[in-house]
Amino acid sequence: MAPITVTIKLFAHFRTGRFKEADHQFPPGVACRDVILGLGFRLGEMGIVMVNGHHATLDHSLNERDTLALFPLVGGG
Amino acid sequence: MDKILRVNMTDLTTKVEETPAEWAGLGGRALTSTIVAKEVPPACHALGPNNKLVFAPGLLSGTAASNSGRLSAGAKSPLTGGIKESNVGGTAAQMFARLGIKALIVEGMPQGEGWYALKVGKDGVTIEEERGLLGLGNFAVIEALQSLLGKKTGVIAIGPAGEMRLTAANISVKDPSGKIRSHGRGGLGAVMGSKRIKFIAIDDEGTPGIQLADPEGFKAASRIFTKALMDHPVSGQGLPTYGTNVLVNILHEAGGLPTRNFTHGQFDGHEQICGETMHDTIVARGGKPRHGCHAGCVIQCSQVYHDQEGQYLTSGFEYETIWGLGANCLITELDDIARADNLMDDLGLDSIETAVAFGVAMEAGLLPWGDGKEVVRILREEIGKGTALGRVIGSGAGAVGRTYGVTRVPVVKNQAIPAYDPRSVKGIGITYCTSPMGADHTAGYTIATNILNVGGQVDPLKKEGQVELSRNLQIATAAIDSTGMCIFIAFPALDIPECLPALIGMINARFGANLTGDDVTGLGKSVLKLERAFNLAAGLTSADDRLPEFFHSDPITPHQAVWDFTNEEIDAFWDF
Ligand code: SF4
Repeated sequence: MAPITVTIKLFAHFRTGRFKEADHQFPPGVACRDVILGLGFRLGEMGIVMVNGHHATLDHSLNERDTLALFPLVGGG
Repeated sequence: MDKILRVNMTDLTTKVEETPAEWAGLGGRALTSTIVAKEVPPACHALGPNNKLVFAPGLLSGTAASNSGRLSAGAKSPLTGGIKESNVGGTAAQMFARLGIKALIVEGMPQGEGWYALKVGKDGVTIEEERGLLGLGNFAVIEALQSLLGKKTGVIAIGPAGEMRLTAANISVKDPSGKIRSHGRGGLGAVMGSKRIKFIAIDDEGTPGIQLADPEGFKAASRIFTKALMDHPVSGQGLPTYGTNVLVNILHEAGGLPTRNFTHGQFDGHEQICGETMHDTIVARGGKPRHGCHAGCVIQCSQVYHDQEGQYLTSGFEYETIWGLGANCLITELDDIARADNLMDDLGLDSIETAVAFGVAMEAGLLPWGDGKEVVRILREEIGKGTALGRVIGSGAGAVGRTYGVTRVPVVKNQAIPAYDPRSVKGIGITYCTSPMGADHTAGYTIATNILNVGGQVDPLKKEGQVELSRNLQIATAAIDSTGMCIFIAFPALDIPECLPALIGMINARFGANLTGDDVTGLGKSVLKLERAFNLAAGLTSADDRLPEFFHSDPITPHQAVWDFTNEEIDAFWDF
């Protein structure tokens, strides 16, 4: 099957030495977990994982043109 | 035994009183709200002689406990018509506590046109006539008092906005670097102005300091508490590095960043004003990315922001202010927002109320969207000089809406809704509706659990679990606001099991008490109920526990979310 394109957005110190936003290609149905590990993150570093503006689990599988946003544990108020 | 200082501005007399037994175990918000509820007639005019302005340090203020230096101010609010408590960092809480001052109560109102200053020290409080500093901004007042009374003097002051009794006026408190933190919300600066007090100077020379009932127990609990604050990723790393402004990008992604006076949930210019950009700008210009608002803060979410020439522009540059003038008013130039922030500090204006008022003013066509230079001009030339337009904007979002016939006016109990859209982050909508303070995100910060995955996860877009979440957080917050702790200790408290017991352990060791977790929850509940009872007696009803109509009728992008709670669902908040 043809690969899918997913837009990945990184925030806070996740950007350091990586990128802000980039399109990556994956096999169809790839899980968030595999994308995260593939980028060299540890799962324990993840604060918030959002797909198209909705909170998602690590098992969530991605579709063509999804946007995956990854935040470390940060907060404010 | 700590004492109560009472100042009567009608006959210009002062008294030192014993602390009544029923107030002995109270501090911060629990004490200011208890005193306001007991002594202020709920139906009084908030700017008249029967309102009282109460200051109280938290239970742990003045001790070595991390992040315990918050001062509560309370009164009937001229903005909401209900009870108000607003707390702040700075140096005043710790000075009050070391002076053995449980609370300072200011009552009455002078007859004539004269202005006054209060001087607080180890012998109590005195009233002096004040002429020289009238009309000056907060920075000039602090500078003058430091050269007159010494660098270490504590200062609580109002700017021109408070002198004009504008309902967006705040009360400023000097921080350790001679800058300003604010009792921001609810127009407490107008109450201080109505008492004709320009400033309160504090001298804590010659005080014995705080006697702990159990110094060893205190030290042990304090160590565990501080460790929890440092270990949690939000309080230990996130807040110190990026400040609160890291939220711009998070709320943008989640579709909860109110944009163009609450018409969209995302802002195209988010990258220009976000915490990441701000952090890099601060570092490049030689500012300070981390900075504490009081001695003893180990989190240090604050920062010092410089201009292009490397000169000080502002500090304590918070997400809510940056959102308010940024996404909400479509201003993308961070330097303009910083300049406006500094002016609001100087004039003594709540930066949330004022920023939301500007959004409504832009909707009314009074100035173009995104025009940061015009915002700065209006602050300086219109509000600063007390023109009619300036006074309308300085009276808050509700006042601007009523004056110019705008229907999209984001307020609850006439207080501006801050930086989280209640349609797409529903838990915070319950807090806005039900908090006795009016729309206030800090009263029950559901963003933690709705968005940040702290204290579990409750889906922000669904109704399930939101009322309970907001209730639990509002109860906990009312208790934390009474300890003198900064609310950001809630992040570790929600996730690290040793944190809350250590906090209670410190209170017990300070006073020789035997409080349990249930007692602390009980305190939070009773504070909320007391505040609600005051509001009902003041004439507010459950019809005031509602969001404006447009949140029901206008869906917000990108999730097309609307506010869909029924009145019964909202009112169930009070079932406890
Ligand atoms: S974390 Fe921020 S608000 Fe809290 S005490 Fe420290 S500087 Fe002040």
